[in-house]
Amino acid sequence: MTDTSSPAPASSPAYVRPERRLLPQPTAESAAFWTGGRDGRLLISHCRGCGHFFHPPGPVCWRCRSTDVGPEPVSGRATVAAYTINRQPWIPGYPPPYVVAMVELADEPDVRLITNIVDVPLDEVRVGLEVEVFFEQWPAEPGPDDSPVWLPLFRPAAATVGGAR
Amino acid sequence: MSGGPFDGKAVITGAGKSQVGRRLGRTGLDLTIEAVTRAIADAGLSVDDIDGIASYPGPGVPDLGFSGATITEVRNALGLRSRWYLSSTETAGQIGPAIEACMAVTLGLANHVVVYRSVWESTAQAGAGRASVLFGGGAVSGHLEYTGPFGALSAANWLSMPAQRYMHDFGLTREQLAAIPLNARANAGLNPDAIYRDPLTLDDYLNARMISEPLCLFDCDVPCDGATAVIISRRDAAAGLPHHPLTVESVGTGMFERATWDQRVDVTTMAAHDVAATLWEHTTLRASDVDLAQLYDGFSFLTVMWLEALGFAEHGKVGPFIEGGERIALNGPLPLNTSGGQLSGGRLHGMGFLHEACVQLWGEGGERQAPNSPEVAVVGVGGGPVGGAMLLSTR
Repeated sequence: MTDTSSPAPASSPAYVRPERRLLPQPTAESAAFWTGGRDGRLLISHCRGCGHFFHPPGPVCWRCRSTDVGPEPVSGRATVAAYTINRQPWIPGYPPPYVVAMVELADEPDVRLITNIVDVPLDEVRVGLEVEVFFEQWPAEPGPDDSPVWLPLFRPAAATVGGAR
Repeated sequence: MSGGPFDGKAVITGAGKSQVGRRLGRTGLDLTIEAVTRAIADAGLSVDDIDGIASYPGPGVPDLGFSGATITEVRNALGLRSRWYLSSTETAGQIGPAIEACMAVTLGLANHVVVYRSVWESTAQAGAGRASVLFGGGAVSGHLEYTGPFGALSAANWLSMPAQRYMHDFGLTREQLAAIPLNARANAGLNPDAIYRDPLTLDDYLNARMISEPLCLFDCDVPCDGATAVIISRRDAAAGLPHHPLTVESVGTGMFERATWDQRVDVTTMAAHDVAATLWEHTTLRASDVDLAQLYDGFSFLTVMWLEALGFAEHGKVGPFIEGGERIALNGPLPLNTSGGQLSGGRLHGMGFLHEACVQLWGEGGERQAPNSPEVAVVGVGGGPVGGAMLLSTR
């Protein structure tokens, strides 16, 4: 799950990594989210007070206001809640089309991530599509913390590939 | 005149607009002074009568034409003797400072507040391209930290997702959604200040290139150069002025959930829904009393959100409401975005809607004057986690 060289599902166009992405400079709060992929883990802020996950990361749980919070791994399974096929070139080195989606985590459906859905024909992306995370490593933007970052991207979940589409 | 949050004490007495266009080659401050002084003259006042000033967004935002002029620049340029002033982005949308000006005059902190919004994006961004504005370089931070890495750099991307989900859940079609930009273009044809005035057909819309599906080129507004201003006065100070004072009957300032583009519990609603809920809390007027609607159309889908948030259609049922465009046409029961909105009139960024509501309530719309002689107008501004609303009347 951790590298981008694993084979794409047979019937789908293989994902091609863009030449360029806009990258974060991880903060104290976001470092776990951006670097969990080093170990193949999607780390999401979790509240030990009420047991819920939340996103984006922060120092307090917005639900119960506990500050006993920290990153915890989730399954990496998610469902497409909404998506768009971006057709407009915005970023030199990242040509369209590409799919931007909000995915809802299987572990906590009201936690949504903005991500890309890849390894699937554009016309087969749909609300409810079950997807799973993989990570794409990039060098960080120069800054105090020059650790690489691992972007969580999603593709159709293995169990659904070749299933009833 | 009703009670409402300002007990009838906050009124609008003048409105002004600068030259509006593409690549005018004028500075933001130059355009701002034009709009501000026109608004002051429209109210029958002199610059020395103005003792308050308010604007969105103020300093500290990425520039490239997004912030035409700060309050400091305008105060210094005009030598204003202010008793009260404010600028903010963390407020109820781009008209938030107008709402705060209503509070200031009601409390007696000022008599006449000029409220303006100015942009010169078309000139400032000439040659650089839109992406240069959305992101200046280096690491993505703030909320872009979680969207930029995935190529979701534009509000077109963030808002196309809820639009897609709304279409999926409720059956809104592109043919129905087209009524918003087609209506705007039809009205723009009657507005000499509008940017795009040539007729637009349903076929043009359906064949337009996609920006971020399901939103196409004509679902996105057009950057422009221009400034708009209104004068918000304390009613007691407005006696004898030329315009019939417009009463600010209510305002909407609610924000019940975290201010994000992606974590709202129901992704088919927005801050507009919270804004509208608070707007109606403060007044006995109802959506059925509204004669005219000026609803933000930075993207066509945002107007859909405002129409249902304000109660003109039930949640999920805006498609049938706008289908064909008759209900929202200039000669229909609810004239909408009568200046051409931002889709065809130009992105005056929120304040253009407040300006147009005033013009229409005063019956000064010229060729585009709504024939139903509107007495109550609603203005809803913003999208996603940004929103503010005002309810005005001639009563």
